Amino acid sequence: MKHTRRSPQEIAVNRQRYEEHQKKGLEFAPKALPAPSPMPAPPVDPATVIHAEEVPGGWYWSTLLRRGEAIRIDQGEGRSTVALVAWNANDTSERLNLVDTAKVQWTTALGKGRVIFSDMGRVMFSLTEDSSGAHDCLMGGSTAATNAVKYPGTSTRNTRDNLILLAGKLGLTRRDIPAILNLFAPVRIDDAGAFQLRGKLSNSGDYAELRAEMDMIVGFSNCPHPLDPDPIYQPKPITITRFRAAAPAADDLARTATAEAVRGFENNALMLA
Amino acid sequence: MSDFIQTAASRSIDNAVQDHLIPAEAPWSGIVRKGQTIRIEDSYGQQAIDTLFYRADDFTERYSNQDTMRAQGAAYIGVGTRIMSNEGNVMLVMSADSCGRHDTSAGACSCESNTVRFGHGTKYLHACRDNFLLEVAKHGMSKRDIVPNINFFMNVPIKPNGEMTIVDGISSPGDYVELVAEMDVLCVISNCPQINNPCNGFDPTPIRVLIWDAAPAVGA
Repeated sequence: MKHTRRSPQEIAVNRQRYEEHQKKGLEFAPKALPAPSPMPAPPVDPATVIHAEEVPGGWYWSTLLRRGEAIRIDQGEGRSTVALVAWNANDTSERLNLVDTAKVQWTTALGKGRVIFSDMGRVMFSLTEDSSGAHDCLMGGSTAATNAVKYPGTSTRNTRDNLILLAGKLGLTRRDIPAILNLFAPVRIDDAGAFQLRGKLSNSGDYAELRAEMDMIVGFSNCPHPLDPDPIYQPKPITITRFRAAAPAADDLARTATAEAVRGFENNALMLA
Repeated sequence: MSDFIQTAASRSIDNAVQDHLIPAEAPWSGIVRKGQTIRIEDSYGQQAIDTLFYRADDFTERYSNQDTMRAQGAAYIGVGTRIMSNEGNVMLVMSADSCGRHDTSAGACSCESNTVRFGHGTKYLHACRDNFLLEVAKHGMSKRDIVPNINFFMNVPIKPNGEMTIVDGISSPGDYVELVAEMDVLCVISNCPQINNPCNGFDPTPIRVLIWDAAPAVGA
């Protein structure tokens, strides 16, 4: 097959530009980001609360979340992993995209000050508070098959079926279910690429707040993480509070922490114009 | 004079049932039947090959990167990896790999994510998302059906602290992977056109795809 190679000069220019982005992404952003949010969680101002939902262990819930609103996810007594999915409320083909989220920000470690992208180069959420710094964007959720192996002879609920139900009630199908973000799951990867839990699953009282940067439908499943070492199926309830967030200041952390986030928000601004 | 006993020929280029040369930056799709082996060859080296699989008789069952990683308890794709669907079924199994490093955590490039990663000036460059959209549209699918893919020959190490970066590919000219289909699948490929990072050595090149039938059972 006839193929013309690019010139060394063109390759060198593109490599240099990449290495400048890479250096900024890998060296600057982690230093600019703060420590995890303090515990215990401060109460959400009741005057801003739109709704608070207690989701029992093993169950799912979804809600409309408008731009400028936020959700607080309180883990309660702990040991809960919360699977998160989201769609643009005006076009559900635009959805949570974790591979872009990690790649664009040069990290799978999502914590306070990071943002979560859609597949369209736009920011869906800003992670404005996060006490755990321990979220898993790689392993996905439980299924009927994984639960059958892990909890033999026990009747359980699982995240895959929860998401089928959640999506189905929105008029969506399994085509529409994106890869999920596991909140409160401290998964790390060793040098060979193997997944391990870093320390205990999570602390009682952990919380995260995500500010909506576009109008979305947001879904949650509250089931044990696939790496949860507890051989007994006993997921605990979580509380999800939808509230009106404070307007972002000019120096808002998530909007200014990285060059990538700045450009993502420029794409949001074009959509909203 | 003893009887001549014919034995099954081992796989060679000559007895492949399909042989496709895919130009740089182009998409491709084709059916791989249960039992067939597909070889994806990085003909020039350092070329990311973005790949998706769909169940041939029901495209709503498709490749799932999270199910694949969870099933093997590890992030990278290699020999023995079971390529899993969103229903937890094995679609294919990787049976050979002359390279040693393949990604399924970093997804495909798009015009949209390029603006975020490399600046708005890189928006109007051909990207894998556009290849995928054109190719799945031939099969009646849409953007809803494009999920996180496998990047054969793309080197994306993830450190224990989560740091993730695309570094120079380690594949040499002629490196290949082979996968045996466990169900009839539609394979969709984007021969990655990205020139803004090292996944293609900043110089996208042609690739080759070969498919063989299952070898007949011994004595058959």
